[in-house]
Formats: sequence, structure tokens, C-alpha cells
Amino acid sequence: MSIAALNSANLNAGQKVAVKYFTVAMVLFFAQCLFGMLAGLQYLQPDFLYNVLDFNVNRMVHINAMVVWMLFGFIGSVYWLVEDESGTELVGAKLANVNFWILTLAVTVVVLVYLFVQTGPGTKETIWFINEGREYIEAPRWADFGIVACVLIFFYNVAATFMKGKWSGISGVLVLDLVALAGLYLAGMFYTTNISMDQHWWWWVIHLWVEATWEVLVGCIMAWGLMKTLGARRKIVTTWLYIEVALMFGSGILGLGHHYFWIGTPEYWFTIGGFFSALEPIPLVAMVVHAVYDSGTHNFRNSNHPALAWLIAHAFGNFFGAGVWGFMHTLPQINLYTHGTQWTASHGHLAFFGAYATIIIAMIYIAVQKWRGDVWMSGDLADKGWKWKWSLGLLNVGVVGMTVALLISGYEQSFVERALEGSTWGGYFSAQTQPWFIQGMHWRMLFGWVTTAGVVLLLWDLATIGKKETRRAIDPTVTPATT
Amino acid sequence: MADTPWWASEDVWRKWAIWVTAFMAVVLIFLTFDTVAKITAGGERVPGYDVINKRIFYTFNADRNMQEPVIGGDAPLFGKMLSAGEAEELVNLGKLTVQAKNCMNCHTLLGNGAYYAPDLTKAWLDPAWGAESVREQLMVSFLMDPATNARTYGTGRRMPQLDITEDEAKGIVAFLKWMSSIDTNGFPKGFTPIRQEESS
Repeated sequence: MSIAALNSANLNAGQKVAVKYFTVAMVLFFAQCLFGMLAGLQYLQPDFLYNVLDFNVNRMVHINAMVVWMLFGFIGSVYWLVEDESGTELVGAKLANVNFWILTLAVTVVVLVYLFVQTGPGTKETIWFINEGREYIEAPRWADFGIVACVLIFFYNVAATFMKGKWSGISGVLVLDLVALAGLYLAGMFYTTNISMDQHWWWWVIHLWVEATWEVLVGCIMAWGLMKTLGARRKIVTTWLYIEVALMFGSGILGLGHHYFWIGTPEYWFTIGGFFSALEPIPLVAMVVHAVYDSGTHNFRNSNHPALAWLIAHAFGNFFGAGVWGFMHTLPQINLYTHGTQWTASHGHLAFFGAYATIIIAMIYIAVQKWRGDVWMSGDLADKGWKWKWSLGLLNVGVVGMTVALLISGYEQSFVERALEGSTWGGYFSAQTQPWFIQGMHWRMLFGWVTTAGVVLLLWDLATIGKKETRRAIDPTVTPATT
Repeated sequence: MADTPWWASEDVWRKWAIWVTAFMAVVLIFLTFDTVAKITAGGERVPGYDVINKRIFYTFNADRNMQEPVIGGDAPLFGKMLSAGEAEELVNLGKLTVQAKNCMNCHTLLGNGAYYAPDLTKAWLDPAWGAESVREQLMVSFLMDPATNARTYGTGRRMPQLDITEDEAKGIVAFLKWMSSIDTNGFPKGFTPIRQEESS
């Protein structure tokens, strides 16, 4: 067997499951872009697919594909590292496989129903079987139960493996975080007539996932990734992880209040939400310092250049996308004008990409390397590694371009619709037809093409990188002899 | 290594991580009890569903320095006074329909959702309906046949045909009327409501 062929014999049981999750994640990443492009195009050509595949369907598939591919990426990442980190075999490899197929099948059915049934009558049955109609967690109720069951099986597998093997700082944080992550989903699994109550609990799921538990989860992956690629010392990454957890939960839990300004909730959330959410960028700065400093102390000598590049992209993307772009409109005095405008779309694009897409891509590069038999992925790659470098560049330029374009449209919208025209429907449409708004939508579309090109190149690279390689990966923990 | 200062100690930061997380979680739980009590329908911030029997205004309160909903005199929806139970049933049908038709992936409700179509928080009070006397019927007709009744204001964006029945449309109107009575701390800002008769 040549060293560079994809060969599952190179993987442990957890990793064999992980690569399945990663594969589906990448298919859904492509689907996310595709449906994002359709929805973006409908801003420019509103008659395109009217009454066939309307904006609400495209947008729902766009954001749901994202949530699901990120969850698949996280589950894959945890399965990838669980045996390494616990020093023992996965307790339920078969269970993990069955679980993967059930979850994938369920996701497929949900998406097909989204596309071909789309909506239903105003009954509970629609919410149970077609579409819950709540942004990000549109999955019908039957699928909610399926998701919870699958996540519990995943959790059992991970926690039991650590219990059988050994615990570490990283695994301790990881397992506790998974408890919170799974538990929080339950807050979104009920129906109420009261829209204020609905959105109050809906934010428990969305915010406490995205701005708390997901952030800590990627903190764990980052800690492990820096050890793996750079050979960073465990004591250092673990200490950083604890600092980040303290700062992240210290700011992010009550930072939930920045979603409670305008939904009927009491005025004290202005102060609490504004103050704590303004602190949320601090742990993200810490992450940048952590990643860059660790890389510098190792002179950037690492076993996997694409993975480390994406880890660094994660550190900066998380800070700018979630941190800076979030901070820009988190204070209620500003949010009053920006809430529900393209500002949010701008923030959403950079934050989800910067904080989550990047680090999952880094993990997949680590996976591909081992899948091919621990091949060389440092400098001097075949074809100068143009594919990974160009896809890194195209994806980052594409997403930053969309972010800036949407922000310009958002500025215009908050000035014209909110500040000048008093937020009526007339004001809304007046803002939507301003040339500056429309220009932003055109630029967003252009950068959407750039992003999609980046995804296609990324998928091609992941399928081929290291294929002709004959060298073994470097061991980053061994300092090269000086000449 | 024995001289590790406290700020570089793994042990110190683990304890900080645990205590800070626990403290913040406890504070959030306390605040949640208070908030849930205050946003339960029938309270001051979120009125009961039978508010759809009343006229709803949106006026500036100088003390709070923001606009707020004010409940006026009788103005039964579709000309029929409803009991609390009937009103809840109608608003509930509207809320179910809003979810079932996936409105939130074009519109925003209370500012949350997608940005392809206008915010619905104060849709009931929007001057776009022209006059108070025709508002209810215009809303029902529009919801039942948005393609024919489309008003795109030069954007070309039309609401899709969602097969909304007359009952569902009336439910949605009731839901929108009730939602406009929620105290949203002055969001959306500077809103100019439709002209309405003074309450009796």
C-alpha cells in the first residue's frame, strides 16, 4: 500500500466515524453556498424561481445547511480526537456508525421536505412534520427528538470513552460543554402562542450555542489542534483554555441580554446585555494572542501547513467576525437602529465563517493527512500547494467581501429606513430601493461567487492533497538539529 | 517551574473557569424567572390576547423617552367582540400559521428573522394600509392572494402564494394586532403609525 492512498486502516475507530461526518459536512457546506447564492440572486432578480423555490425556502436551507454542517463538523472533530485524548478505544464504534447513518438520513429527509413540501397549513401537524418556522431551528419537531437522541448517543460515546481511558483538562471542558450544548437545545423544543416567550427561549438555544457553548467547543479543538500541528505544550494550551472558558462564559452567558432589548423583555436587559456582550470580544482577543504566540514560539514549524493556516484564520476570523462585528452593534443605543437590518447579515456571515467554518476545515486537513498515512503537509508541497492556498485566499476574500458589502447596505438601511423614515414599510422599501443598498447587494453577489469558487477549490484540494506524497509528516514536538 | 506565578497557574484558572461559569449561570437563572413572569401574556409588557378587542395606539412617552403601545377603547377585530378564550384561539391560529408558512425567513418579527421583506412588529399599525376602516379587509385579501395584491414599492419583490385560508388570514391579522401591543422598548424607533380614531 502506497503511503499516500486514502486508507481507513490508518485511522482508529473514532476517526473512521469522524471522516464520515466530515464528508457530509463538506457536502452541506457546498449546499449552504448554493442556496445562499440563490437567495442572494433573488435580491437582484425577485422573479427568479418565484412560487417555485422562494426566498424563504432558499434562505432556510442556506442557514440550516450551515447549522447542520457545523454540528457534523464538531461531532466529527470530537470523534477524531477522542481516542488520542483519552488514550483508549472508542467504547461504541458500531453505535457511532449507526448513529451517523440515522442522523444523516434524518437530515436528508428534513431537507427534501423543506424543498418539496415547503410549508403547510397553520396546524401543529405542520410544525411536527414539515417546518417549525423558527429561524435556525426550523427542523420539524420529530427531527428535534431525533437530533436529541443522536446527540445523547454521541455524548455517551465520548463521555464513556474518557471515563474508560484518562481525563485531561481539554476533555473535562469538552464533556461539560457538550452537556450544556445538548441540554440547551431542549429550550427550543416547545410551541407557544406568545411570541415574546417564544423568542426569549429561542435565544437560549441560538445565543447560548453560538456565543457560548460553541465557542468553548472550538476552544477545545483549538487547544488540541495547536498541540497536534505545532507541538505546543499541553500545560500551556490547557491554561489558555481555562482562561478562555472563564472569559467566554463570564461575558457570554449574560451577554444573552443583547437579544432581549426589543422583544418585550424588561428594560434592565439594556444595561446587563449591553455591558456583558461588550465584553464578549475579550476572550476572542485572548484566542488570537494564544494562537499567534504559540505559533511564534515554535517559529511556525508545524506538521500541517493548511491546518495551521486555517487555525490562524479561525483566531482572526473569530475575533473580527464574532468580536468586532458583534461589538459594533451590540450596544442598545446603536442596536435600536441596526436590529433587523443587513448589519445582522453582515455580522452573521463573518462570524459563522470566522469562528466555526475555519476551524472545522483545519480539522479536516488534519484528518486527511492521517487518512493518507500521516503524509507530509508542511512546506514544499506538490504544485507548491496552490490549491489550499488559493482556496484559503478565495474563501477569506469572498466572505470578507460579502461582509463589507452587506455592512454598507446595512448602514444605508439603518440611516434611511430607521433614522430618516421612521421604520414604516414605506421606509423599509425606500431604503431597499436606494442605489447604495442595491450596489451592496450586487457586490455581495460577486463575492458570493468568489466564496463558492473557494469552496469548490477547497473540496478539490481536500480530495487530492498529499495524494502523490512520499514523505512522512514532521513530528512538531521534535526540535530539528541545528546545523 | 516551582516559581510559576499565580496568573500562569493552570489550577488557578481552572477554579476561575468553574466559579465564573457557575456564578453567571445562577444570575441568569434568577433573571430568567423575573423575565418570564414579566413577559407572560396578560401582563403589562405583553398584554392578554383579548387586547385585539381594543384600539391600539403607539405614542411617545416623554418619561421613558420612547414610543410605547397604549390600549384604547373598544375596536373589535372583524366587528366581533371575542371572549378571552376565543381571542387566544384566534391569535394562536395566526401564530401557528406564521410558523407553518415560514414567514420568518423573509420577514422579521420583533426584529428577528430575515431581511427580504419588512418587519412585522408594528404591521397592524403601519400607514401602508391607508385607512383604519379598510385595514382588516385589505390585510386578509393580501394574505390570501399576495401575488395579485402585490405592492412591491419598486423592489419587484412579491410575497409568494402560500395557500393561506380565510380563517388563517384572520388569525394572522389577530396575531399581528396583538403583537403590535407588545412593549418593545421603543423598537422600531420613530415609527409613524396609521391614523386612527380616538378611543371612546
